[in-house]
Amino acid sequence: MKVIQVQAPGLFTTVQDLGREGFGPLGVSPSGAADPISLRLGNRLVGNAEGAAGLEMTLLGGTFLFPKGAVVALAGSDFGATLDDLPVEPWTSVEARSGQALRLGPTRSGARCYLCVQGGIIVKPFLASASTHILSGLGGLDGRPLRKGDILNVGSGMLSFCKKTIASQALQRLSPRKVLRVTPGPQHDWFPESSQRLFHASAYRVSEESNRMGLRLEGPPIPTPSGGQMISEGVSLGAIQIPNGGLPIILFVEQQTTGGYPKIGNVISADLSSVGQLRPRDEVRFERVTWEKARSVLKEQEELLASKELIRE
Amino acid sequence: MPTSAPLGARFQPASDNSLLVYFDQRISPATHQQVAKFLRLLELQPITGIRNLHPAYCSVLIKFDALQFPHDELQALLLPYLDRLDEVCLPEPRQLEIPVCYGGDYGPDLAEVSTLHGMTPQQAIELHVSATYLVYFLGFVPGFAYLGGLPEALVTPRLPTPRRSVPPGSVGIAGYQSGVYPFATPGGWRLLGRTPIAMFQPGRSAMSLLSLGDRVRFTPISSEQFVALESA
Repeated sequence: MKVIQVQAPGLFTTVQDLGREGFGPLGVSPSGAADPISLRLGNRLVGNAEGAAGLEMTLLGGTFLFPKGAVVALAGSDFGATLDDLPVEPWTSVEARSGQALRLGPTRSGARCYLCVQGGIIVKPFLASASTHILSGLGGLDGRPLRKGDILNVGSGMLSFCKKTIASQALQRLSPRKVLRVTPGPQHDWFPESSQRLFHASAYRVSEESNRMGLRLEGPPIPTPSGGQMISEGVSLGAIQIPNGGLPIILFVEQQTTGGYPKIGNVISADLSSVGQLRPRDEVRFERVTWEKARSVLKEQEELLASKELIRE
Repeated sequence: MPTSAPLGARFQPASDNSLLVYFDQRISPATHQQVAKFLRLLELQPITGIRNLHPAYCSVLIKFDALQFPHDELQALLLPYLDRLDEVCLPEPRQLEIPVCYGGDYGPDLAEVSTLHGMTPQQAIELHVSATYLVYFLGFVPGFAYLGGLPEALVTPRLPTPRRSVPPGSVGIAGYQSGVYPFATPGGWRLLGRTPIAMFQPGRSAMSLLSLGDRVRFTPISSEQFVALESA
């Protein structure tokens, strides 16, 4: 069986696929890639199904040795990768020969880079998914980030290599946004008009304390609504909750499944991959859009991802 | 655009791919029955395009495929389900006992909670084990059960500053609720004791010890029993 030897894990590298949806009644959140679009594209470059498991690296990449070679692709942010000291283009499949090592450095753009390998990374599934959920220590490789010396199994691929790349025009259209589009949250009408104006007019900075559970934002506090007593309820991915203190939190892929803070807005589905590329200290803004707009943007995005012109051979 | 539905239920879009169904704005066993019946009906007769369900005290959050339908079409599909809740039979609730070692390192807030209520730690323990709790839902993290039915005399606000990490198995109270932390997570509930029983364990036939609708009682054990059960 082909394997990957972890020579250096990077800052925070986990096994992720597209997550486990459907276990809300158990309190299990989906987890999965923080930037699912990049994982899907990376998998397609190496001939995998879109949802195969890959490695999600954060801010600083690792070094990975392929004792028996592998067909790999990097997707997402540019971590300045080299294969035996030769630069590796992102968004392009490449063949690593036996004994070659892929070395990644600090990010040159956004927060996350995905390493996809032909055949996918094979771990013991937890609730039908390979995704790591750090807080509960479940899924992925023993429910934890990778360590030096880890050995990852790779599925049997088609053992074929043909160089594929993502069309630059498509990449441009899919590039991460710093202005996130939002629809109204379930408690948006608890917030007076002035609070909603403040929320949409202000720039917020991503705090260092952000992670896959949630992104904490710094900026003008939103006055918390008075009077209404919130009863804990299910929370959606990308929900923007306003806790006491008024600093917004975007609930993310490893989010708690229920919560008791009012939500002023929710990042639209089409912009969730952009959230996964936000780094600490990045600045974001929130643009309000209609439900129809949120749906039409998602539809366009999925059409682009399904289009024949997306991948060049 | 909240819309009314039968039985006083109300729809509220939460995101472009999720919809909240609210039954009542009151935590009560009767509202819980409606949540449980709605969930059961959706599990027995699934709607294609629904991807996940998040039950809570008075509501169910439904996640769906936004490319398949907009909110109002899903609402139309859900109306007949809400109409039929009275026909749904729920299984007889399971009765479970959770052994708890109270106080000491296991229950660092027991002393303060008893002082707050002008009772001895032993009286606080006796009150906590005297009640039968209802599992309203699982949420927050895998296997965390929100238990209702805490005796009035023990109702205590959360800690002003949450702990950064609560040991797994910790049994806490907050407001009218009690609960057991399945994993080491941050938490603001006041900790009375700890159970040696795993609340969530992949590979066990019932991954989560508790499920929605269960009835739970706590039984006090000694620290020797705790150690024995933990290594069992």
